[in-house]
Amino acid sequence: MSNAWAVPRRYPTPAEPRIPAGGAKLGPVSVGLQDGARSTLTSKVGLSEICLSYRTQSGERLLALDHINLQVRAGEFVCIVGPSGCGKSTLLHLIAGLQAQTSGQVLVDGHPVQGPGTDRILIFQEHGLFPWLTVAENVEFGMKMKGLPKAERQERTRHYLRLVHLAKFEKSYIHQLSGGMRQRVAIARALATEPDVLLMDEPFAALDAQTRDLLHDELERIWSETGRTIIFVTHNVREAVRLGDRVVLLTFRPGRVKNEFPVVLPRPRSLEDPEVALAAREVLDELRDEINQSLEAEYSAGVKPHIEPGAEA
Amino acid sequence: MKRAARYIIFYAGLLGLWTLIAELKIWPPYLFPTPWGVAESLYAGFQDHTYWIAIRVSMQRVVIGYGISVVLGMILGLGVASNKFLEETMGGLLVSLQSLPSICWWPLALLWFGLNQNAILFVVIMGSLLSVTLAMEDGRKQMPKIFGQAGRNLGAKGFKLFWYVLLPASLPFIVSGLKQGWAFAWRSLITAEMLYLSLGLGQVLMMGRDLNDMSAVIAVMLLIISIGYVVDGVVFRGMERHLQNKWGLAPAN
Repeated sequence: MSNAWAVPRRYPTPAEPRIPAGGAKLGPVSVGLQDGARSTLTSKVGLSEICLSYRTQSGERLLALDHINLQVRAGEFVCIVGPSGCGKSTLLHLIAGLQAQTSGQVLVDGHPVQGPGTDRILIFQEHGLFPWLTVAENVEFGMKMKGLPKAERQERTRHYLRLVHLAKFEKSYIHQLSGGMRQRVAIARALATEPDVLLMDEPFAALDAQTRDLLHDELERIWSETGRTIIFVTHNVREAVRLGDRVVLLTFRPGRVKNEFPVVLPRPRSLEDPEVALAAREVLDELRDEINQSLEAEYSAGVKPHIEPGAEA
Repeated sequence: MKRAARYIIFYAGLLGLWTLIAELKIWPPYLFPTPWGVAESLYAGFQDHTYWIAIRVSMQRVVIGYGISVVLGMILGLGVASNKFLEETMGGLLVSLQSLPSICWWPLALLWFGLNQNAILFVVIMGSLLSVTLAMEDGRKQMPKIFGQAGRNLGAKGFKLFWYVLLPASLPFIVSGLKQGWAFAWRSLITAEMLYLSLGLGQVLMMGRDLNDMSAVIAVMLLIISIGYVVDGVVFRGMERHLQNKWGLAPAN
């Protein structure tokens, strides 16, 4: 079921010249997918040779992302897993255009990403809703920035609030909602701008188990109803297998694509399905090394050079 | 109920003490007036429209001056907070300038603008601009970064990003600075008005002194205090309560 990374990788030290985008030196940017037909041209989101390095406070350069290559088809649900500190959230910020990579290219529909755009909406772990606006006004926000007429905004707001089962709460303020409801508002707000790509950054990490199960079901339903492309970042392998068409495993710092696992289990799935557990185990076995490295770095170094997504944005 | 009772007891006591000392006639009444004398002055002042006019003129000035301060201060504060060069250079200057009483700008204002309304406005602006600027700078830094990111993510940029996201997001962090700015503006205004025949409350206060009318002086002082209190209580308390309701923040005290 797994397909191992075949191309040997060599990551340059900062002194070395950067490999040009497209990775000509490394051969074609095929990432060992099952059907070789997926090229940069047909993919919805294409990451090619993405590198990101930071200058730490002590002045040394720290490589956070190392030649990431990833192609995501339109309508695909891709989950990215990795140990904390692998730069998986940062990757989403790059796709969202909230941060710029050091080298490489993010392509959406074949066009390089220049900055934020409402064709790609990011859902943050801490939801990022605006506490000074009501639920409905939050959902309306993106459409208002786009300059849509009020009647259309209100109609779409009602539609998407119904989709996440929050129609009754349109006049509430954010602090009056539970954690699960807030994430649902965030999902409605993201969907309301009708983006092609939904970027989700550990959106359910802070929720209790029951709420999370419920939101998994809802997200799967919304995804199949709307046909959006979803890139979902999580540290929870079981969650990734339960939701994704494909699970992409990143290594500990510097983040590299270690392996990809297509998930061919029938939907709808459940976290408790034995098949999900089995597939998750396979991913977890490979992830374990990376987690150990991440823990080692955390305990031995004392001071962990923690990278916050958007730190330089 | 209990709180109201405590208020009444406290102020009744204060009034009683005042009456007692006045009635002992240690000082002549034109130096130490009775509460009734002050009340009469207040009544007379409102009756012949002197106080109404003074309040209107002063309020007009403070609203204009403070308004300009808020707009300028927000722009300045935002600039300082988002530009490293400005922060390092102007940041320190702003803090040190704040130690300068705003009335020190009076001589300068006189030379620049002449003896008129603009000189007073200038002093009011200089009095409150720094508080607003520093508050905005601080608020912009304290504001969680996620709001700006979420706003840009949803397509807000430039002025829209400022107006719809950064400004409302930083409001809870700058409201106390805005309040302080108002207090400084009000004080600067009264001070400046006392130095110049200008129709405002400050001038009416000085008129009381010129006429040796201590009742009038105290009456105007009470007016100045009351207006400050009412604006603080109605405008700023209201704003704080509004923010608490929306954001779900715990009340400040």
